[in-house]
Amino acid sequence: MADDSFDAIVVGAGPAGCACAYALARYGRNVLLLERGNEPGAKNVSGGRLYAYALDMVDPELRSRAPFQRRIVREQIMLLNEGGAVTVDHHDPLGGGEGADSHSVIRASLDAWFAQEAEAAGATVASGVKVDALLEEGGRIVGIRAGEDEMRADIVVAADGVNSVLARQAGLFPDVKPHAVGLGVKETLELPDEVIDARFGLRDGEGAARVAVGCTAGMAGGAFLYTNRGSLSLGLVVNPEQAGRSGRPVQELLQDLKAHPAVAPLVEGAVPVEFSAHLVPEMGHDGVPARLHREGLLVAGDAARFGINTGLIIRGMDLAMVSGLAAAQAILASPTRAGVGETYMRRLEELSLLPSLRALRNYHGLFGIERIFGAYPALAGDVMRFLFRVDGSVPAPMLGGIRRLATSRVPFGQMARDAWKGFRCL
Amino acid sequence: MPVTLKRLTPEEALGLDRFDVDEGNPHIVLDKARCAACADRPCLWACPARLYRLKDGDLQFDCAGCLECGTCRVVCTGGGIVSWSHPGATYGVTFRCS
Repeated sequence: MADDSFDAIVVGAGPAGCACAYALARYGRNVLLLERGNEPGAKNVSGGRLYAYALDMVDPELRSRAPFQRRIVREQIMLLNEGGAVTVDHHDPLGGGEGADSHSVIRASLDAWFAQEAEAAGATVASGVKVDALLEEGGRIVGIRAGEDEMRADIVVAADGVNSVLARQAGLFPDVKPHAVGLGVKETLELPDEVIDARFGLRDGEGAARVAVGCTAGMAGGAFLYTNRGSLSLGLVVNPEQAGRSGRPVQELLQDLKAHPAVAPLVEGAVPVEFSAHLVPEMGHDGVPARLHREGLLVAGDAARFGINTGLIIRGMDLAMVSGLAAAQAILASPTRAGVGETYMRRLEELSLLPSLRALRNYHGLFGIERIFGAYPALAGDVMRFLFRVDGSVPAPMLGGIRRLATSRVPFGQMARDAWKGFRCL
Repeated sequence: MPVTLKRLTPEEALGLDRFDVDEGNPHIVLDKARCAACADRPCLWACPARLYRLKDGDLQFDCAGCLECGTCRVVCTGGGIVSWSHPGATYGVTFRCS
């Protein structure tokens, strides 16, 4: 084998690329992992929560070394209204239970660590390398070009993220459409661990994960708040198409969120240390392109638009890792490169990735119910205020009072249609 | 006395981040004539870094401060973004704790 030829070149050292390179290197393949950032993770942003089963699938030994922030034991949902919030807090000290644990993560440390694991397993890792183009010969992808350098491989894995330049260059599928992604913006806020523990009711490395609706000026989307070690990740995800028509800068909505009466006490005194933004695939199964491979090329992770957002559960990094693993297994199992693509698709089925996307495929329809993002969270506040109100006057009958409040926000017929639509989505 | 977390202007927010700007090699290139003719201008609101601004009716843009999210390319309706790529190797934003 020539010095400049690899069994595989993996483009992008995020969760998909690192998982793929790690799995290939572990089985003795000569793999090159390329990252355009100065360090793996330098260009990457997530909310950040990782469902750890995916790391176990790659290698159960990895978790003991992984730079997890906090183990999530509190699942919290906030329905924000103008002056406050109705908050549901599911406290589960077991953190989801065996095989279902999840952890807050910071990508600069997670991705850098995972790339190091790949390197220790035998992969060649090169950061600060921007892949400009795919090399094609006789209709097959045979390598990549980065600046003046050409590097060849039996197969290229495009794990180059949601904006995947390589998948578009390869002609596999068109660019992302604005309705099919969410725009995430986030501030990392430093706050001492003891303050985080006290505010969120945590101890011993436990963490909380919050999602919130009612803070996006009526646009499809919501907020997230994750506790890390010594910091909070506070952000918003909104539909960029709606954001572009809103007349309100998204960055300003994030500032409003920090000042919201129900959020401000949680972030009080924290020091903003970073501002980041990223697109996330939002369409679930219906957003995944039909073709994720051609001869000499596999597409994995965000580049393949693997994502799940049920409103309660937001998954991306775990799916990326599983798809990177599927790509590696396909490469390891295929004696000829012609069959790798089909094997990859089969592994995505067998590793439960595509079946999971299919099982939840209708959930995205929920986001078509615009009142979920404004009227209903506000209504929840109205109802709670009514139920808990004591002012010395004769209390109104409970059911009648709730009905009156509900129809003042949303006409009864509309509510019935939304309920039916929601029911069908779930 | 509790210290309420202060609102950050876009400039203050971007000031938190590390950027290495590739002077003279913009990774996003606009066709000013198309931008001038664009009625929608979703970039004004959707760009999280607020790099697209109106000044005296003209669209102004500077790709220093770009968070490399791709939103402008994805929302662009007027075809004004004629070229969008990642900054050259080692350039652009470096996230340290996101």
